[in-house]
Amino acid sequence: MKKSICLYFQVHQPTRLRKYRFFDIGKDSHYYDDFANRTILKRVAQKCYLPMNELLLEAITKSKGKFKLAFSISGSALEQFDRYAPEVLDSFRKLAATGKVEFLCETYYHSLASLAAPSEFAHQVEKHKAHIKEAFGVEPVTFRNTELIYSDDIARQVYDLGFKTMLTEGARHIMAWQSPDYVYTAASQPKLKLLLRNYGLSDDIAFRFSDRGWAEWPLTAEKYLGWLREADGDIVNLFMDYETFGEHQAADSGIFEFMRAFFKEALASGEFDFVTPAQAVKNIKPVDSLSVPDPISWADEERDLSAWLGNELQQDAYNKVYRLTEKLAILADPELWSDFGHLQESDHLYYMCTKFFSDGEIHKRFSPYDTPYEAFINYMNVLSDFIIRINSIYAEQQN
Amino acid sequence: MRVLMFGWEFPPHIAGGLGTACEGIVKGLAYNGVETLFVMPNASGDEDQSATTILNASDVAVQNVSSTVEEFINKVKFMYVDSNLVPYVDPDEYYAAIEKMRAEGLTQTSVGFGQKFKFSGKYGANLMEEVSRYAQVGGTIAMQHIDEFDVIHSHDWLTYLAGIAAKELTGKPLVVHVHATSYDRGDEKHIDTRVLDIETRGMMAADRVVTVSDLTRNIVVNKYGIDPAKVVTVHNAVDFSGRENIEVERGVRDKVVTFLGRITFQKGPEYFIEAAAKVLKRTKNVRFVMAGSGDMMNRAIRQVARLGISDRFHFTGFLRGAEVQKMFALSDVYIMPSVSEPFGISPLEAMRTGVPSIISYQSGAAEVLKYALKVDFWDVDALADDIYALVSYPALTEFASKQGYDEVNELKWNGATAKLKKVYESLI
Repeated sequence: MKKSICLYFQVHQPTRLRKYRFFDIGKDSHYYDDFANRTILKRVAQKCYLPMNELLLEAITKSKGKFKLAFSISGSALEQFDRYAPEVLDSFRKLAATGKVEFLCETYYHSLASLAAPSEFAHQVEKHKAHIKEAFGVEPVTFRNTELIYSDDIARQVYDLGFKTMLTEGARHIMAWQSPDYVYTAASQPKLKLLLRNYGLSDDIAFRFSDRGWAEWPLTAEKYLGWLREADGDIVNLFMDYETFGEHQAADSGIFEFMRAFFKEALASGEFDFVTPAQAVKNIKPVDSLSVPDPISWADEERDLSAWLGNELQQDAYNKVYRLTEKLAILADPELWSDFGHLQESDHLYYMCTKFFSDGEIHKRFSPYDTPYEAFINYMNVLSDFIIRINSIYAEQQN
Repeated sequence: MRVLMFGWEFPPHIAGGLGTACEGIVKGLAYNGVETLFVMPNASGDEDQSATTILNASDVAVQNVSSTVEEFINKVKFMYVDSNLVPYVDPDEYYAAIEKMRAEGLTQTSVGFGQKFKFSGKYGANLMEEVSRYAQVGGTIAMQHIDEFDVIHSHDWLTYLAGIAAKELTGKPLVVHVHATSYDRGDEKHIDTRVLDIETRGMMAADRVVTVSDLTRNIVVNKYGIDPAKVVTVHNAVDFSGRENIEVERGVRDKVVTFLGRITFQKGPEYFIEAAAKVLKRTKNVRFVMAGSGDMMNRAIRQVARLGISDRFHFTGFLRGAEVQKMFALSDVYIMPSVSEPFGISPLEAMRTGVPSIISYQSGAAEVLKYALKVDFWDVDALADDIYALVSYPALTEFASKQGYDEVNELKWNGATAKLKKVYESLI
């Protein structure tokens, strides 16, 4: 039997907040840095989304449909495509039209709702599902949670929302001696199948590809296929941020040429086939169940929640925003709901991370703020204005 | 009566409160018939010279080396140190100053006698070198103007060496004015001994030491070992002439309780935060604002997050000029919980805006303000009680606002400088 390669790329853009001062509270309720959001999105579209979509479309066509992959596109990213770069949305639609691309479901706002509020989580999952169906004509059947966050408890929620498959991290502290290169089931819900990220082989591309200090640099398709061949299981799950291609790994690193050669040679060798997550669980039988009592994720060395909830700033901001869930559910106000969603984007908490001396470099690279403290102050100022709005509308509706 | 006065800054270009105080003093002295020659390291030319004559040390070449100057230089052991020393200035200003100096290429500071020295007049990386250069130029200026003054007056340690040089060369009496001491700038373990050394030298050499409060006078006597007989307190005042309170539209309906100043150990930010948490347990219609920046800011933010009050406790970062006025205008209560404050002009500003203030007994301002509420800085419960009272009982708030406004309008430099004039007169 051929070894399966399952590719899934995450597409997300945060809705960055503008510099929001104390003096703005109660006076100005526009929270977003439209200029930065537009500029960054247009840049990433040119460098990554458009050229890589074209490359993938070509790979599908040339392979006569043998090449397949999956995307998950957050609602926040879809909104920005719609607003600033509709051509990106069109190019994703072209990929969808081949029938070889699976679109996964996630929380619409790339949020941590799965940890905080089951009702809000369900709401955002349904919203995303509907949106994907509308945009690409297919209803998603596989779920991936924000940052691949997963636990026994979340597995139950996800199954109850109608999904039979979920993606998560093959975190070392969970797997112990077991390999991520098989299909597993959730210990808390045996009917939910799990695909686990092979972080070593994924990060060889996502993080190390252009690192000249890396012993394996330069990485070639031939060398990489050799490693895939050595992997011992049924399936290798290569999950990474889509911005890897052309953005994190610049075009002049040779990343596009590498990916093109990798797809072509993998198929030409006759030893591999490409599968989407939905197909993978149909073809491959699970070998065991996995128990994950404490949440895991794909972030940082720790593979836990510390990138978003690791310090007191993050915990306070998180508690303050999710405390609003019940009140907002009562208020049928689309504008408030939209702001509430955008304020839940996990990126805002990520910017407040203070793990500066280990993974802090990565955090800093992706943050619009100079320090985590600035990120916190700005976020709380925005949230304070938002709370004032909720309370005044709430008071009106009560009267 | 004529005075040769050494300062470090003068409005409009100021980083701290020293320049503002100096302007008030020369104007008050002029009112009392005292003429001043005001020397500063780097005058810009747009200073208001209606009450004084400003001499720019950057325009003066150091004269032929007299033996006295040489001797003096040996005595004070001029220090050529590239220390990153920041006495008053807040971090934002500090980095801006360093950047500006870099941009202007001022790193090249070596200068020989017979040359002019371009002072930055800031509180940047070359501060120690500037201070010693300033002393050399100060001596030269004193000799050039020897017939034009009766007394020498130096403001804070930055200018003490210049004052000493002028006294050594001209033999005229020296007054040093203590606006702050090393003991107010940090805890005793982290005192910069080079600054402490210059302070002590200045106070020892002076014929009179003027302090801005009795609190500072005690420090001068007890910590620096200065003879109490030559230490005189002249409380600071404030010049509100021509100032209109601005009207601002409020964004929030809640009462606003404000702390405004550098967020450093000396200012007691953590007591303010603890008190805020206590008040918020009892009432919700209040918000707290910490305006400013400083080396304890990040710690303060963490403390606020830990207490879970960050939706009611806001940070503004460093505020400039008009933003400060706006912040006062948006406030209902002003707090200065300083651990050690030689004087502390900010509650006067707040009260002039009609904002009732709570200040610590450990501030010089507490000695003159009858209508400010006072607590010990460490007494968080008392501070919380007073905040609660001022946001909850309008009768108290109105009383404190009205009386406080009248009170600070009476604290004029004309009165303070009359006392200063008497100090000069006792020396000649």
